[in-house]
Amino acid sequence: MATLSINNVRKQYGSVEVLKGIDLDLTDGEFLVLLGPSGCGKSTLLNMIAGLETISAGEIRIDQRVVNEVHPKDRDIAMVFQSYALYPNMTVARNIGFSLEMRGQAKPEREGAVRRVAKLLQIEHLLDRKPAQLSGGQRQRVAMGRALVRDPKVFLFDEPLSNLDAKLRVDMRTEIKKLHQRLGTTVVYVTHDQIEAMTLASRIAIMKEGVVQQFAPPQEVYERPANMYVASFIGSPTMNFVRGTLSAEGDRLGVSIGRERSGFLPLFQAPEQAGSWLGQEVILGIRPEAITCYDPAIAAGNPALVKVACGVNVLEPTGADTITYVELNGHEVVARIKPSDRVAEGGTADFMIDMARANLFDPKTEQRI
Amino acid sequence: MSSLTSALPPAHGTGARIARWGLYLILLLFAAYYLLPLLLMIATSFKSPEEIRTGSLLSLPRDFSLDAWSYAWNRACIGADCRGMAPYFLNSLVIVGPAVVISTFFGALNGYALTKWRFRGANIVFGMILFGSFLPSQVILLPMAQTLGFLGLAGSAGGLILVHVVYGLAFTTLFFRNYYVSIPDDLVKAATIDGAGFFQIFTKIMLPLSLPILVVTIIWQFTQIWNDFLFGASFAAGGAQPVTVALNNLVNTTTGVKQYNVDMAAAMIAGLPTLVVYVLAGKYFIRGLTAGSVKG
Repeated sequence: MATLSINNVRKQYGSVEVLKGIDLDLTDGEFLVLLGPSGCGKSTLLNMIAGLETISAGEIRIDQRVVNEVHPKDRDIAMVFQSYALYPNMTVARNIGFSLEMRGQAKPEREGAVRRVAKLLQIEHLLDRKPAQLSGGQRQRVAMGRALVRDPKVFLFDEPLSNLDAKLRVDMRTEIKKLHQRLGTTVVYVTHDQIEAMTLASRIAIMKEGVVQQFAPPQEVYERPANMYVASFIGSPTMNFVRGTLSAEGDRLGVSIGRERSGFLPLFQAPEQAGSWLGQEVILGIRPEAITCYDPAIAAGNPALVKVACGVNVLEPTGADTITYVELNGHEVVARIKPSDRVAEGGTADFMIDMARANLFDPKTEQRI
Repeated sequence: MSSLTSALPPAHGTGARIARWGLYLILLLFAAYYLLPLLLMIATSFKSPEEIRTGSLLSLPRDFSLDAWSYAWNRACIGADCRGMAPYFLNSLVIVGPAVVISTFFGALNGYALTKWRFRGANIVFGMILFGSFLPSQVILLPMAQTLGFLGLAGSAGGLILVHVVYGLAFTTLFFRNYYVSIPDDLVKAATIDGAGFFQIFTKIMLPLSLPILVVTIIWQFTQIWNDFLFGASFAAGGAQPVTVALNNLVNTTTGVKQYNVDMAAAMIAGLPTLVVYVLAGKYFIRGLTAGSVKG
C-alpha cells in the first residue's frame, strides 16, 4: 500500500511528444483508471510507472521515493498484462512463484505463498497445468495471481479484461473490484472501456493526445465533464450537444435554441460566469436520461424540469429503457425514456428536460463554462 | 494428414483422373531421378570388383559383401596414410560437435538480444549480420587464413571450428531472430518486473520456448559443417582434415585398378551422418520451419 505521485511527467520519442506533462496524485489505496482512446499515451504512462519505459522529464514517486532511475524489480510494483504474458513453459504454480524464485526465496516459503494466492483466486486445482491448458478466464486469474503473490505497493493493470468475452469480462470486473476492496492496495488500471472505468475507479484520469483532460471521481466526470471531449467519451448514448444562445427572459438566464420563442430553456442554477456570456453562442450539453416523457406529477414537484414538445423520429428499445430520437426545435437529440411511456414514431409528444443536469460549454475552446 | 488430402477437391471425370495420374507419374519420375544415384552407390558398394567389371551398372549385387565397407573404413589409403576413413570421420565429429553447439548458442543469444533488448541501430546490426549469410565462402578464404595464422590456429581442428562458428553465426542469428520476433515482448517485460535479468530470461524463458527453431538450426548447421569441403581443404592440414576432404583424397589417390566399390562405400560413410540426422529429426525440422507464434 502506498501513495503514488506523478509530477509533470513527459515522454518524448525523438521530436514526438506523447505525454505532455502529466500530473496525478494518488492517496493510499486509491484505484486510478487511466481512460482514453488508443494512442492517447495511457499505456506509455503505465509502462513508465512500471519502469519499462524511461521518463523524459518530470518525476514519479512511489511512497515518497523518486523511482525515475529505479529498476522495475525494485519499485515494488506488479503488473498484469493484456496478453497475460504467462510463461508458456512453466506450470501455473511456477508462473505465480517466479518472482519469488527470482528473489531467491526458499522453496517452502514460495510454495506457501503460491498456495495462499491460489486459494484467494480459486485456482488451486490448476497449479500443475501449463498456461496452454487453461481457458481465457483461468489465464486471467493466473496473471492476477502472479501480481498478487509478492504483495506489492502498487498494482498496474494494462487492459487486463480486453481479451475476455463479454460475460466473463463483467464477472472479472466485479472480482477485481472485490479484490481491491479486500486488499486495499493502490491500483493503476489502463482501459479504453468507459464502463470498466466508471465501475472500478475511485478516480478517473481521462487522457487525450498525451494530456489529462479531467482527473476526478467517476460520478463527477459523468455529471460535470470538464470539456466536450470528456462529455462525449463517457456515457452511452453520448451526451446531446445543442448549439444555442445564452439569453435572459425576465430575471432568468437560459439558452435559446432555434428561432421560435418556445426554444427558451431556463437554466436551473446558472454557473457564476454565465452572466458574461449573455447574447453569445454556447453549447448546451444534456445527457439522454435528463430528457424524459412529461409527467405532470413529477414536473410539479421539481422546478428544474422544463416541459418541451418534440417530434418523435425513431424509437430504439433496449429492454431496460427505450432510446428515443426526438426533434427539439430543429435539433435532433437523444432521450432515454421508460418502455412504459408509449410514444409513437412520427408523432409529437411532450417531454421534460432536467435543466439541473445541463452543462454549458464554450463553442470555441469546448471547455466547460 | 487427412486435412491435406481433403484440402484438394475430389477428382471427377476422366480428364481429371488422367491429370491426377499424370501428376503421380511426374512425381515418380522425379523420385527415381533422385533415388537412382543413391541406389547405384549402395548396390555398387556391396559388389565385388569382378562383379562390377562384368555385371550391369544397375543390377543388384549377386554376392552380398561388406568387404568394401570395412576396407574403406580402416584400410584404404588416403594419400600415404593407409588407416582408412575412420580417423577423418572422427576429425569431422570433433569439428562438427563444438562448431554446431557454439554457433547455435550464440545465434540464439544474438537473436534474443536483437529482438527483446532492442538498442539503437539494432536493425542495422541485424542487416549487417544478415549480409554475412549472402557472402560466398570463397571471399573469406584469404582473410580467414591470415586471421588463423595470427591466432596460431592454422591447420588445426580448433581453427576449423572457429571458421565454422563465425561463418555459421549469420545463419543461426537469422533463424533465432526471426523466431524470437514472434514471441510476445510482454513475456520479457513481465519477467523483468518479476526480477529476472538478461541471462535468466534467456535461459529460463526464451530457450525453453525455442525447441522447434533449435532443431532446425542444429540440423542446418550440422549438415553445412559436415558437408563442407572448401574450408576443410583450405584450413585443415594433413591429419586434421575432415571426412569430405579425405573422401576426395581417397578417390583421387587410388592406384592401379579403380576400386569403385570402395569409393562408393567411402562416399556412403561420409554421407551417412547427415542422412541419419534428417531421418531422426526430419519431422521436427518441418515443424520448426512452419512454427508460428507461441500462444501464451
